[in-house]
Amino acid sequence: MTKSQIPIVKNFEMIRSQAEREWQALKIPEEPIIWIGTATCGRAAGALNTLQAIEEELAKGNIKAKIIHVGCMGHCYAEPMVTVAKPGYPPVCYGHVTPGVASSVIKNFLGGDDPCFEFLLGALEENPSIPTVFELPRFKHEFRSLLRNCGYINPEDIHQYIANGGYRGLVKALQLSPEQVIAEVKRSGLRGRGGAGFPTGRKWELCRKAKGNIRCIVGNADEGDPGAFMDRAILESDPHSVIEGMIIGGFAVGAHEGYIYVRAEYPLAVKRLRHALGQAEEIGLLGNNILSSGFDFHLELMQGASAFVCGEETALIASIEGKRGMPTPRPPYPAISGLFGQPTCINNVKSFASTSLILSQGAKLYADIGTKESKGTAVFALAGKVVNTGLVEVPMGTTLRELIFDVGGGIPKKRGFKAVQIGGPSGGCLPESKLNTPVDFASLTEAGAMMGSGGMVVLDEDNCMVDTARYFLEFTQKESCGKCTFCRLGTKQMLDILEDICRGNGSLEDIDLLVELGEDIKAGSLCNLGKTAPNPILTTIRYFREEYEAHIIEKRCPALVCKELIAYYILPDKCERSCDACVGSCPTEAVFTGKKRIKVIDQSKCVKCGSCVDACPPQYDAVVRISPVSQLPPSEPPPDKA
Amino acid sequence: MKEEDLKLQITGILKSSGKERKNLIPLLQEIQREFGYIPPEAMEEIGKFLGIAETTVYGVATFYNQFRFTPPGRHHIKVCLGTACHIKGGNIILEAWERKLNIKEGEVTPDRGFSLERVACVGCCALAPVSMVEDTVEGKETIEGTMMPTRVDGILLSFELEEKKKDKIKGEEE
Repeated sequence: MTKSQIPIVKNFEMIRSQAEREWQALKIPEEPIIWIGTATCGRAAGALNTLQAIEEELAKGNIKAKIIHVGCMGHCYAEPMVTVAKPGYPPVCYGHVTPGVASSVIKNFLGGDDPCFEFLLGALEENPSIPTVFELPRFKHEFRSLLRNCGYINPEDIHQYIANGGYRGLVKALQLSPEQVIAEVKRSGLRGRGGAGFPTGRKWELCRKAKGNIRCIVGNADEGDPGAFMDRAILESDPHSVIEGMIIGGFAVGAHEGYIYVRAEYPLAVKRLRHALGQAEEIGLLGNNILSSGFDFHLELMQGASAFVCGEETALIASIEGKRGMPTPRPPYPAISGLFGQPTCINNVKSFASTSLILSQGAKLYADIGTKESKGTAVFALAGKVVNTGLVEVPMGTTLRELIFDVGGGIPKKRGFKAVQIGGPSGGCLPESKLNTPVDFASLTEAGAMMGSGGMVVLDEDNCMVDTARYFLEFTQKESCGKCTFCRLGTKQMLDILEDICRGNGSLEDIDLLVELGEDIKAGSLCNLGKTAPNPILTTIRYFREEYEAHIIEKRCPALVCKELIAYYILPDKCERSCDACVGSCPTEAVFTGKKRIKVIDQSKCVKCGSCVDACPPQYDAVVRISPVSQLPPSEPPPDKA
Repeated sequence: MKEEDLKLQITGILKSSGKERKNLIPLLQEIQREFGYIPPEAMEEIGKFLGIAETTVYGVATFYNQFRFTPPGRHHIKVCLGTACHIKGGNIILEAWERKLNIKEGEVTPDRGFSLERVACVGCCALAPVSMVEDTVEGKETIEGTMMPTRVDGILLSFELEEKKKDKIKGEEE
């Protein structure tokens, strides 16, 4: 260690020992501690009401306890989640904590000594009496490295991050030369986590060697891809991992300023990130002369303004410059000429978070995980028709089947699996025959999908593939910036054709026309929005052509989704007659009571919302969808038309 | 609001900002936070302040989905139509709001009580379908997971009851 490196370590040690003392105090608590997940997904499930119930119950029972807000553990299906540590017991985790459950846990566990096994997910530590969460199937397959802190530490307390190994990567980097840092990242084999998978180390090297006096770092958290929420969860649960990675990146490429671009739709992520930036500055991990190393780095938060195309790097840069977010041709790549014409290193926030891990653990440990070409872990946002929705992290190379059926717990309501949509509007839909595809950059691209940013939406047999394709195209068509003719007009034409097919007005030639148009749009567009927009359509035609044909030839929607091709019907022999559930549920008063009290649907009033299907008690199961509409049996006219 | 007051408030917001072009989008966001939308006067003032044409400001503002050019209703409803919400029937929820409020997406009710917007994804896919209800007067936002058409009725009913309660208190005070 040279002389100049001593203060870096010494300065950090002071912060670290303080942080560890505080953390140890939480581990062996004197009074009970309650951790509550208040990330956006927790809030959507009612975490704030649960919090209120906890506070009220504590006051009522005159119980003293400390409440700590944490981020998201990734188990969104079990939200709201609460963890309770009571002296003398291992910390235990509860799922689906409604205000009622919360009151009961506080009263019986903290007020008494009953840990309320009925609401328990498991203990968070090995112990002789209570089963742990690690025995749940979900934990067995998962490998948490990027998400290691999510849901366990308070994102608004930098000391908790430091006590859990945080900022050690930065300390290590500051003791190396920038070239050594880049070499370490290269050795790890890390590829960009934004979707395209460009090797991060090479990007940094290009930027470092580019001509220019001022360089810039940009963190991309413009997670516009619908169905993806990994960046949001990391920023809300562990913002410092991203900040640390960005400082390391700045040091490596020789930049002294950076921007982190966050979607405006993520107000809580913005709030927590802003707080984290302030804390890092306060204790000297960000700003001038970081840890007395002589390295200056400033980080500014920029809120996006809702434009999907701004996830594309050149468009994002235009947006930071205060312009319309329209992509520009590459080369020059941003690493050579980016923000304000300066060499700019732009990475996804997950890539930055990975580099802090690589530096602190060493490249070798990172490179040992995953496959030959795709190192490390992959974080997916698992959503749609799957039992255990949420954030999952698995080593690269895990198969889709393991991800959906073992980690995700399969399809709910005993329905059959139909497809998995990976990579959002740029990705594709893969059928059951592709479920053994391992998740890595090359295999997914070969199957017709892409790694993308990590959105994974599972579709079951009740989802129409033509409608899904139409949905994605509607999205990309709306979000096209309008610069390239192929993207602007081509997607519009494709959308018109798909809408026709969904209405039963398509012809068989339309399928070939869609393929032809799709290939042309791919070839003729400048940026990846246009280049990938046809993917959902091309893959659904490739794997589910028969569904397209059913819509066109038979005017039938096999999944009973496309509104113009279905009708609702109440089976007279199954209707219980004295039950009025469907009548009450109908928002347009289309269901009426006919002869013998059998319920009938007035087709002229029906808006096909499906409320009656949900309302009909499962033991009768009398409401059905019929497609094509021509097969609808004649039914009794409504009283006002009789 | 009188035009002079409006301009005064706008200049107040501009004062704390730098004059570089990169401040354009943050300024528009600040204006929208303050007024709930971007008034034409603001675009004019921002243009003068940053030394760029008013049309350029308009061009940037209209490019991004975030910016509105008409005032929102007291309750601003955002219906998520991300992928997960779509496959779990998000469009049915949007239709339920449209039917109950008797307006289309992007419109405001005549009494300015409600406005309706569809958004691409709020990142709560695990709890799809999702709607967000924003109280534009108090600046509070609540997020509702696993929506159903009947829940739409429930939310609107709770606002109605709240209004009645307020009117009653007002009546008693008088």
